[in-house]
Amino acid sequence: MSTRVAVGVELPELLVEATPTFVVSTALATRDFQDVHHDRDAAVARGSKDIFVNILTDTGLVQRFVTDWAGPGARVRSISIRLGVPCYAYDTLAFSGYVLELSGPDVTVAVVGRGQLGEHVTGTVVLTLAGAAP
Amino acid sequence: MIDILAEAARITALGECARRPARDAVNLPMINNWVEAIGDTNAVYVDEAAARVAGHPGLVAPPAMIQVWTMGGLHGQRASGDPLGQMIGVLDEAGFTSVVATNCEQTYHRYLGHGEQVTVSTRLGEVVGPKTTSLGEGWFVTTHNVWYAGDEPVAQMLFRVLKFRPGTAIPAPAADVLRPVISHDTAFFWAGTAAGELRIQQCTACGSLRHPPGPMCPSCGADKPDYVLAIGRGQVFSYVVHHHPAVPGKTLPFVVALVELNEGVRMIGELIDVDPASVQIGMPVELALTRIDDELTLPFWRPSRAAR
Repeated sequence: MSTRVAVGVELPELLVEATPTFVVSTALATRDFQDVHHDRDAAVARGSKDIFVNILTDTGLVQRFVTDWAGPGARVRSISIRLGVPCYAYDTLAFSGYVLELSGPDVTVAVVGRGQLGEHVTGTVVLTLAGAAP
Repeated sequence: MIDILAEAARITALGECARRPARDAVNLPMINNWVEAIGDTNAVYVDEAAARVAGHPGLVAPPAMIQVWTMGGLHGQRASGDPLGQMIGVLDEAGFTSVVATNCEQTYHRYLGHGEQVTVSTRLGEVVGPKTTSLGEGWFVTTHNVWYAGDEPVAQMLFRVLKFRPGTAIPAPAADVLRPVISHDTAFFWAGTAAGELRIQQCTACGSLRHPPGPMCPSCGADKPDYVLAIGRGQVFSYVVHHHPAVPGKTLPFVVALVELNEGVRMIGELIDVDPASVQIGMPVELALTRIDDELTLPFWRPSRAAR
């Protein structure tokens, strides 16, 4: 893996279908019981178009996107995300990313998750690749 | 009238609140639910042998689950001393009753093994506002959490929410594109593109054409303009290739051309369907009206398909 890592290297794209089942099951699996993540009537009453993905799930998806690429030996050191437009049920998120920086054993990856409304989540992940450090 | 900043200062001064324990120790059933829902197939979370091969002493929890362990749960109530709960209460009372998370920055000092019991503390950070946002007028509230295993800090998080006043949102554009400012002087031009026409302003006194539109004729000073229809052909008078910064709705790089119309005036527009490296001054181009939505049609240009 480390021989393929250089600044600018792009990660394989990840597509995530944000079906209603996905939105609800991830909200509950992250123990987020806010009604806007599982009850469309409540979400609409609060001014949303539909139920939408919660932020704990975004952190999880960003981690998955990066470790899918880095492999099970990698160690995730930090995940920083900023939310843009909502990801409503029936949207599809396309994650793309590239190696932003190499610093000692650490790799910083820049990540963007886009839905049909635009950028849903942007962020960076710092990880140490397998064999680079304990 | 609530002094939001004074309340924020008071709550910030309380510092780190008492640590709150997770409901459950780090455990495989909750991890299984999480990896299934997220779709994460990393074996170190569910396969002990794989975890050991990867250098872990045993099964570990996904780092991104750190906040999950200490979520309030289905019937959760914030402790009365919780700084975020207190600040949310202040903003609720001030009318900023809706909430949306905007930033989450987590740092993991180490991976958690199964059976570990964590606690979490919270302190209030910056409270900034009032700000005009696309959701409405609101305040950004930042909190800092630290998770502990025993007395050892194992992870930390900066978490920011926007508390906003519902119903004060500025309507967002229907499409992800920069929209022109339409004034009294330019309304005829944009009405034209929407109707499938490229209109050039013409002075009713001296007959000269002008673009961009304005209230008075630069040639004779008359202030009674009309317009004529352009045939939609011209050539590249000059151009730039835009590489940076990002522009909403655009894929970089793209070409912005100053097109000299056959009628004589020059117009700026994006040149589409073209390799930026192949653009040349003098290149023949034709109009490509592009409907963005019910309100807006933009005039783009593309290489001419007609033989000249």
